[in-house]
Amino acid sequence: MTDQAQLLPGTLDLLILRAVSIGALHGYGILLRIGQISGNALLIEQGALYPGLFRLVRQGLLTTSWGTSENNRRAKFYELTEAGHTRLREETDSWNRLVAAIAAALSQQPEEA
Amino acid sequence: MKLLDSLRFRMAALFQRSRINAEMEEELRSHIEHRAADLERSGLDRAEAERRARVEFGGREKYKEECREAMGGNRIGSILQDMRYSLRQLRKSPGFTIAAVLTLALAIGANAVVFGVLNALILRPVNVPDAKSLYAVDLTNDAWESYPNYLDLRDRNRGFEGLAALGLSQVALDTGKDPSRIWGFEATGNYFDVLGIQPYLGRLFHPSDERGLNSAPYIVLTYAYWHSHFQDDRGVVGRAVRVNSHPYTILGVTPPDFRGTFIFFAPNFYVPMVNQDQIGGDSALNNRERRGVIQVLGHLKPGVTPERAVADLDTVGASLAKAYPKENARESFTLGRPSMPSVIGRPVRAFVAALMLLAGLILLAACANLGSLFAARASDRSREVALRLALGSSRNRILRQLLTEALLISLAGGSAGLLGSIALLRRLDTWQPFSGVPLHVPVQPDANVYLVALVLAVVSGLLFGIVPVRQVFRTNPYEIVKAGSAGRVGRRIAAREILLVAQIAICAVLVTASMVAVRGLARSLHGNFGIDPNNVMLVETDLKISGYSPASIQPMQRRMIDALEAIPGVEHVGLVSFPPLGRGGSWKANVFRDETKDLSPSNAAANSYMYVISPDYLHAAGTTLLEGRTFTWHDDKGAPPVAMVNREFAAKILGSSSNAVGKYYKVSDGTRVQVVGIVEDGKYLSVTEAQQPAMFMPLAQQDPLGEQWILVRSARDPQQLAATARTRLRALDAGMPLDIVLWTRELDFSMFSARMASVSLGVLGLMGAMLSITGIFGMAAYSVSKRLRELGIRIALGARRTEVLKAALGRAVKLLGIGSAAGLVLGILASRVLSFIVYQATPRDPLVLAGVVLAMLLLGLVATWIPALRALSVDPLKLLREE
Repeated sequence: MTDQAQLLPGTLDLLILRAVSIGALHGYGILLRIGQISGNALLIEQGALYPGLFRLVRQGLLTTSWGTSENNRRAKFYELTEAGHTRLREETDSWNRLVAAIAAALSQQPEEA
Repeated sequence: MKLLDSLRFRMAALFQRSRINAEMEEELRSHIEHRAADLERSGLDRAEAERRARVEFGGREKYKEECREAMGGNRIGSILQDMRYSLRQLRKSPGFTIAAVLTLALAIGANAVVFGVLNALILRPVNVPDAKSLYAVDLTNDAWESYPNYLDLRDRNRGFEGLAALGLSQVALDTGKDPSRIWGFEATGNYFDVLGIQPYLGRLFHPSDERGLNSAPYIVLTYAYWHSHFQDDRGVVGRAVRVNSHPYTILGVTPPDFRGTFIFFAPNFYVPMVNQDQIGGDSALNNRERRGVIQVLGHLKPGVTPERAVADLDTVGASLAKAYPKENARESFTLGRPSMPSVIGRPVRAFVAALMLLAGLILLAACANLGSLFAARASDRSREVALRLALGSSRNRILRQLLTEALLISLAGGSAGLLGSIALLRRLDTWQPFSGVPLHVPVQPDANVYLVALVLAVVSGLLFGIVPVRQVFRTNPYEIVKAGSAGRVGRRIAAREILLVAQIAICAVLVTASMVAVRGLARSLHGNFGIDPNNVMLVETDLKISGYSPASIQPMQRRMIDALEAIPGVEHVGLVSFPPLGRGGSWKANVFRDETKDLSPSNAAANSYMYVISPDYLHAAGTTLLEGRTFTWHDDKGAPPVAMVNREFAAKILGSSSNAVGKYYKVSDGTRVQVVGIVEDGKYLSVTEAQQPAMFMPLAQQDPLGEQWILVRSARDPQQLAATARTRLRALDAGMPLDIVLWTRELDFSMFSARMASVSLGVLGLMGAMLSITGIFGMAAYSVSKRLRELGIRIALGARRTEVLKAALGRAVKLLGIGSAAGLVLGILASRVLSFIVYQATPRDPLVLAGVVLAMLLLGLVATWIPALRALSVDPLKLLREE
C-alpha cells in the first residue's frame, strides 16, 4: 500500500480516457484496467471515479450504453467518442511534453559559475 | 448546435431527475456488487466482501452529489431541491413564516409606495419630446413673473431655444348646453411650439395667431376634457363656443399623453394669454407689477449649460431692475424642473426624500428584526446543521439552503408588499382630493417601481439571510452533537442583541417622528388662524366674468350683501377679495414706511398680504378687532384712504402694535394710508407659514374686484342656507355662476399638505411601532424558551416571581431601554427635517418626549407580556420530566 502514489489533480480524466480507449468498459472495469495498466501504482478511491465519468460524458468525450458484464450483471458501459479519441491524443502529447520538461529540469546538475 | 445539445442535456437532466437518480443508483450498486464478487472470489465470506466493497467505494451520497454536479443540469436541480427543502422547513414553523412574510410585506410595501410617489413626482420627466433639456425659469425668491418681464426675458436671453409662459385661469365655458366653470391654462402663442407638441385633432395655436390684445379668440381642448365632455366628437374643431360670454372657436385637441407640464394640475383647456382680458376679466399684460405668469419654460440651446443660461438670465434681470426700478427689484434666476413650480417643488422633494429615508429605515429595522429571528432559528437548528455536516453535506450547500429560505421569505413578502402598494398607488392615482379643481397626484406605478421592490426584496433577503452565516461556518459538528440541545449559545446572542438595539433605535426614531407629526397636526387643526371658519359659508362669484362693467360692480356687491343679510338667521355678511387660507391664493403688495421717498421695490418695508373687505367682514370672518375701528361704507373714494392691519404689520412697519392707530404708511403708487384699526394675527396662505404682515382695505376705496368671496355667518343648517342664498342671489341676476361651499371644507385645501404629511408620518410611525413589538417579542420569547429549564430550576428552588421575571426578561428590557434612548436622541435630531413641513413640529415639546417614552414602554410591555406569562407559568416538574 505504501508505494502507491496520490493522483495528481486532473490526471484522473486522462487515465479514464486511456483505459476506455482500449475498449468499452463499465465503471468497475475501468478501475481494474487503470490498476492493471498502471501496475497498481496509483491510489484511487473507488467512488471518486464516477464524478469524473459523468463529467467526461457531459463534455461529449464518452458515450454510455447499458449492457451485461462478463459475470452476467447489468452495467453501464463507457466508450470513447471521436472527440474523446482526439482529446486523448492531445492530452497524452501535452502530458509527455510536461513530463519530459520536468524530468529534464530535475536531472540538471547545478553548475558552478 | 453544441449549445443546443448542452441545453437539451440540461433540460433532460432537470426533467428526468428521478430516472437519472435511479440509473445512477443502479450503476453504483452494480459497481459495488462487481467488487464484492471479486472480493468473494479472493476468499472472503459474502457478508464481509459486501462490507469491504462498500468501504472501499467511499461516501456514496457524496459521490452521487458530485456526479449530479458534474452533469451540470444539476444547478437548477439543486436550487429546486433547496427550495423544496426550505418550503418544508418554513411549513414546519408557520408562525415564524407568517410573521416574517408580513413584516417584510409591510416594509417593502411601504418602500414601494414611497418610491412610487418619488418616481412619479420627481424622477419621471414631463411627457414632452426631449424633456431632458426642458427647464423652468424660476425666480430665486419663488415669486411669479409679470408678462412684460417675460417678454423681455424671451427676447433678450441667449441660452434658450425659445421661452413660453403659462398662467392659470378659470373660465365659464358655454358650448350651447350645460355652461360650466373649468380650470385651464392661458399660454403664450409659442407654448406648443416650444414644447414640440403636435395636435391630436385640428390645430394648436402659434405665435402668428397673436396680434395684440384679445386678438386670438381660440380655445384648445385637452384630450381628457374632449373625451369626457364632447364624447370624442371629431366635429368639434372649428365649433363656436362662448368663453365668459365672448365668442371663441375651438381650434383643436391636444394629444392624450400630454397632460400639461404641471404634474399636480391637469388642465381642461388652453387659451392664448393675449386674450387675458376676456379670460381673466382683467388684463395684466401691460403691467410690470402684476405678476400673473406662474411659469416660464423652454428648451436650452444645444451646448448651453444651465449655469451659463442662468448667468445670461441674471444679466437680463439686472438690466430690467435698472430700467424699471419702480416695478422690479433686482431679480435672480434658477432653472428648475417644469413639473412643479419651485415654491411647491422644493418642499415636495424634501418631503418625499424624507419619507424615502424613513421608509428605508423601516426596511432596515425589518431586516434587523428578521436577521435576529434567523440567527435564533439557525442556532436552534445547529444540531441539524451539525448532523448534516457530519453526513458529508458541504457548508456551502447548507448556507445556500439557509439563504434560499431567506430569499423565499423575502420574495413572498416582497410580492405581497408590491401587490399592496400597487393597489394603494392606483387608488392614489385616481384620487381627486378637491372637487372642482383638477388637482391630482399621478402616481401610476411603472416598471421602475416593480424593479425597485424586487431589488429591495432580494437585497433584504440576503441581508438578513447572511446573519447566521458566521454561525454555520463556526459550527463544529462533533462538539454540537456531543453537547446536546443545551449547548451554549454564548457569543452568538451578542450579535443578535446588537441587531435588536439597532432595530429598537430605528423604531424609536420612527415613533418620535410620527409623534412630532401627529402633535403638529393636532396643533394645526386647533391652532388660531385669526379666523373662525365654523358656521361660515363662502359664496364665490366673479362679477367681471359675469359681464359687469367696473362702474356697476360695487353697487351690485352692495345689493348682494344686502340680499344675503336679509335672510333670516344670518348674523353677518362680509365680502372679501380672497378669504385667508383659501385655494384662490392671496394678494400681496409692497408697503413702505411713511418716511420712505423712493418707492422702488427694494425699499419696501414689507411684502404684505392684502385683503379688500366690506365693512362687516371682520365679524363674518370671526377676526377680532384689537384696537381702533373697523370700516363703514363711508370709507369710500371721497374719504381719506384708511386700512386696518394685523399686529405683525403694526410691529414690523409702524414700529409697535400698541400705538399704531392713527399712523400712516405708503403703498407703491405713493398713496399715504392711515391705519384706523389693529386686528389679531392670523395665517394667510398656509398654516405652516411664519407670522406674516397683513392689511385690510375698504372695498369702496379700491378698484372693483373681479373674483370675490362673500362670507355668510349663520348658525342655520348649511344646506338650507345655501339653497336660500342661491335663490336670493339668482333673483338679482339669474345667469350669475356661483359656487357655495362651507369655509371649513374650503380650509381642507390649505391643510392638505400638512395633513398628508402628518398622515404619512403617522403611518410610518405605526409601522415602526409594530416592528419593534415583533422584534422585542421575538427576542423575549426566544430567550424565555432557551432558558425554560433554568427558569424551571429557579422556580423549583423557590425563586420569587419578580426574580424569575428579572432572570427571564431583564436583558430584553435593558436592550429596549438602550435602544429607545438612542432612538429618541436620533429622532429629535431627525425631526428638524420635519419641522418645515409639519406645522409647529418641535421635537423638544415635552409632550412629544413623554409620549415617545410612554409609547416605547407600552410597546415593551405588550411585547414582553406573553413571554413573561410563559416564564411565570413554568412547571418545573413537567419540564424536568421532559428532558
